[in-house]
Amino acid sequence: MIQIKDLHKSYRMGSNSLHVLKGINFSVKEGELVAIMGSSGSGKSTLLNILGMLDVADSGEYILDGIPIKNLNETKAANYRNKFLGFIFQSFNLINYKTALENVALPLYYQGVGRKERQAKAMKYLEQVGLREWSHHVPSELSGGQKQRVAIARAMVAEPKVLLADELTGALDSKTSYEVMDLIQKINDQGNTILVVTHEDDIAHMCKRIVHLRDGVIVEDKEIEQVRASQYVQ
Amino acid sequence: MFSRDTWQEIFLSIRKNKLRTFLAGFTVTLGILIFVSLVGLTNGLKNTFDAFFGNDATNVLSIFPGRTTIPYKGYKSNRVIEFDNTDLEDIEANFDDFIEYISPQITRSALTTYKQESNNYTTRAVAPGFQYSEKTIMMKGRYLNQTDIRERTKHAVIGRLVENDLFGNEDALGKYIDVGGSVFKVIGVYQDEGGDNEERFIYMPYTTRQLIEKNTDKIGQMVIGFKPEIGYNGAMIFDRQLNAFLREKKFISPDDRSGIFIRNVADQLKQNQQFANVLAIVGSIFALGTLIAGIIGISNIMVFVVKERTKELGIRKAIGATPASVIGTILLESVFITTVAGYLGMLLGVLILNSIGDKLEKYFILNPYIDAGLAVTATIILIFFGAVAGYIPAKRAARIKPIIALRDE
Repeated sequence: MIQIKDLHKSYRMGSNSLHVLKGINFSVKEGELVAIMGSSGSGKSTLLNILGMLDVADSGEYILDGIPIKNLNETKAANYRNKFLGFIFQSFNLINYKTALENVALPLYYQGVGRKERQAKAMKYLEQVGLREWSHHVPSELSGGQKQRVAIARAMVAEPKVLLADELTGALDSKTSYEVMDLIQKINDQGNTILVVTHEDDIAHMCKRIVHLRDGVIVEDKEIEQVRASQYVQ
Repeated sequence: MFSRDTWQEIFLSIRKNKLRTFLAGFTVTLGILIFVSLVGLTNGLKNTFDAFFGNDATNVLSIFPGRTTIPYKGYKSNRVIEFDNTDLEDIEANFDDFIEYISPQITRSALTTYKQESNNYTTRAVAPGFQYSEKTIMMKGRYLNQTDIRERTKHAVIGRLVENDLFGNEDALGKYIDVGGSVFKVIGVYQDEGGDNEERFIYMPYTTRQLIEKNTDKIGQMVIGFKPEIGYNGAMIFDRQLNAFLREKKFISPDDRSGIFIRNVADQLKQNQQFANVLAIVGSIFALGTLIAGIIGISNIMVFVVKERTKELGIRKAIGATPASVIGTILLESVFITTVAGYLGMLLGVLILNSIGDKLEKYFILNPYIDAGLAVTATIILIFFGAVAGYIPAKRAARIKPIIALRDE
């Protein structure tokens, strides 16, 4: 699903240049649930941003589902993001004046899907994350866990090829974190490819594979025995 | 771009961000309102001016005889100057190129009687041309003509209010009235926009007046209408030459300030018009300033709006909004708000101007109005600059990478 070869990225900080990614090679197959781990500054968020086409690599190759991702203009990147990728952010990033339903439906709006279909589909995914009754509440009326579940529904509504989650439990307590991870695991069970950036060990171990990043290179890449989150959820 | 969905997005955004919408709209409404009011009030001032100075002809010279104060060419000072028929003829002969008409004006007060009614009126003994200098409008009958002058007819043209006073509801035309002891036939009734006083005169042929006054040839003062095509400069030259000619003929020193007086309406008019123009310019500057302030205001708010929405735009981009759709949404929203607000301001301004009417006449403002085209243009300018002011930050916001926009503060 994802192939990356010799990815480099550096940031200019005034006169210094900060080399963040120093030749990343890795690939993700369909249906995988991968945790990208590393301390802050290891380059894990940068990697995720490049995977998400929110940022551009300096050199290297990135192929997403057989399509080489390079030299994209803004419009094309937006279309690819919309079609191929679903984002889940640490700070949820819901639009605060839209209801849960409207937030979930927004990616479909940018796909040009009709209003009725949009709403039906959004409702279906809200139901999947267990928030059917909350569909007409705005984010400020929702708890952190509920917000993140709305965000997950939004990421899924366009049926993307890959879900990208950046510290998706960073703003949640551990109980809520496990609930959210339980949901992620269930989504993965349905065959969705998911990449999770995290620096929390327990969250990482709920994935099927852990990629360790340190100082811009992959130091470890191993398959693990998945810990099911459901055992922590009543 | 103009689909129902787009509008739903925009209306939702407007409904859910009332303060932002209000700020942007209020700036535009206020800007246009003040603009319309200022232009309207300036126009009102101009109306007052036109009403003041517009009711008499402007191509008129009045010549008044005076009393000399300087001995000249063997004549003593303190000599009374008088005009007579030869002066009329001489002026006509010498200044034919300038003159459209010339009329003497002999003013007398006379007790006027019709049946039981009588009253004191000012009579003016004039030539037919006088009608043009006063812009006298005939309601019925006719004005004095050359035959009246030649035949010395006892014909009178009376003002609307004279007819009112003396005849009540009766028709004055063809009736005979006693004017200071002589019987005149009323041949016409006139009105005048210059006010009530102007409608209480009685006009008669000057030759008839001279006959009544023991066949004198004195003519009081003179009124000359010059050809409009000679323009302001021509009028000034005519003024100077006429002055010199009359002083020469009447033996008045060129330095004598009170031998004769020439009042040139064109000169006064020019001054008044200059004053009115200065007023208009000042008004325009203020109006333009308001418009610019409005543009700056809406620009500021648009920058603020886009800044406030940076994060939202980042989210939208992350989930698939193209830069074009981001810019489109912002622009459409801002143009929609400014259009509605601008129209509201225009409507409000016009409403205020209309409701003023003549209520502010005390302050020299009469029937203020604004040219519809100008008001619409000003509104469109404001909308346009609102859009431009929104476009620049919107374009920048659309270009910001979503990660930067989404970065937590």
